[in-house]
Amino acid sequence: MVEATPWQREIYRVLKSYDVRQVAYVPDAGHAGLIDLCHADNEMKTVVLSTEEEGVAMLSGAFLGGERGVLLMQSSGVGNCINMLSLPNICRMPLLMLVTMRGEWKEFNPWQFPMGQGTKAVLEHSGSLMFRIDDAADAGDIVDGAARMVFEGCAIATVQIGQRVVGAKSFGKK
Amino acid sequence: MDRSRAEAYPLRRREVVSTLIGQRTDLLIVGGLGAPTNDVTAVGDRDNFFPLWGAMGGAASIGLGLALAQPSKRVLVITGDGEMLMGMGSLATIAVKAPSNLSVVVLDNERYGETGGQTTHTSARVELHMVAAACGIRVVGKIVTAEELEAARGAILEFAGPSFHVVKVRAEQEQMILPPKDGAYLRDRFRNAVLGKEAAKL
Repeated sequence: MVEATPWQREIYRVLKSYDVRQVAYVPDAGHAGLIDLCHADNEMKTVVLSTEEEGVAMLSGAFLGGERGVLLMQSSGVGNCINMLSLPNICRMPLLMLVTMRGEWKEFNPWQFPMGQGTKAVLEHSGSLMFRIDDAADAGDIVDGAARMVFEGCAIATVQIGQRVVGAKSFGKK
Repeated sequence: MDRSRAEAYPLRRREVVSTLIGQRTDLLIVGGLGAPTNDVTAVGDRDNFFPLWGAMGGAASIGLGLALAQPSKRVLVITGDGEMLMGMGSLATIAVKAPSNLSVVVLDNERYGETGGQTTHTSARVELHMVAAACGIRVVGKIVTAEELEAARGAILEFAGPSFHVVKVRAEQEQMILPPKDGAYLRDRFRNAVLGKEAAKL
């Protein structure tokens, strides 16, 4: 169990308020607390994916069956989703993605730079509305705003959670 | 690679689909892009059929989300070998989540049928049902004859799954019988059929 931070608890509360039932994810340290909250919730079905685009397809199936979902991943996974995003795009199906950011402020691993810097442009080109959390105090409000446009407007929307909120990974170095 | 092998398989793809779904209206069917969507349409287009015109590699994952959302209904994914090869990781995901109401059937003609008939990996050494078994999907099978298809019907349509079956079908060019292709229309007709018009409202 990873102790959830207050902003992760806020996001969980918002997901509950929208009756989100399917939580698909490829793990990221930045999502760990939220993932554990979802695992502990008997009303939520958590699904670990082999690769992120499975989650895009899976949540399209969830919508066809009348359930709401959310896809959790880190920025490196966004590139894996591009073609599959054509499914919710052309079928006008709701898709809420929460992306913890790597490859930006204080990143120690240069291999994260390309997708971290490309996340916003790639998703915009794929038809996603874009939101961003840079202050943990805004997390609930911003996810709430995105979720309303997704579930009441059948939109694809992404909330980027900035690395300053998540905390830069260091692998023991400063 | 053995190009000619698939030309001699006894089972014909449309007969297989007809045997499995016939006029049944209770199944929730996801069709992987390409010939499988044509096969279902040829047997009989229906409201609770969601044909894919893209999203290659996603058919089984769509089936997973649908099966989790509708646990009391049978979800049948009918797809092709090329489509399934692109989404092989989803077999691991399905095996671990293990929805008992999900069946995946791969119509395996060992070809990319829509793009010139190039051979797929299944024409060589790749056995998709063994991939599924290695992932831990409980009910798996490879079907080559009509008798084997008949014997597997219960596992595919009725018994607790998840199940995964490869049906080796003859490589041949069938008449194109296309399903509807507007995504928003397909979305609405499917949800109306499954959830009822009122519940399907946004």
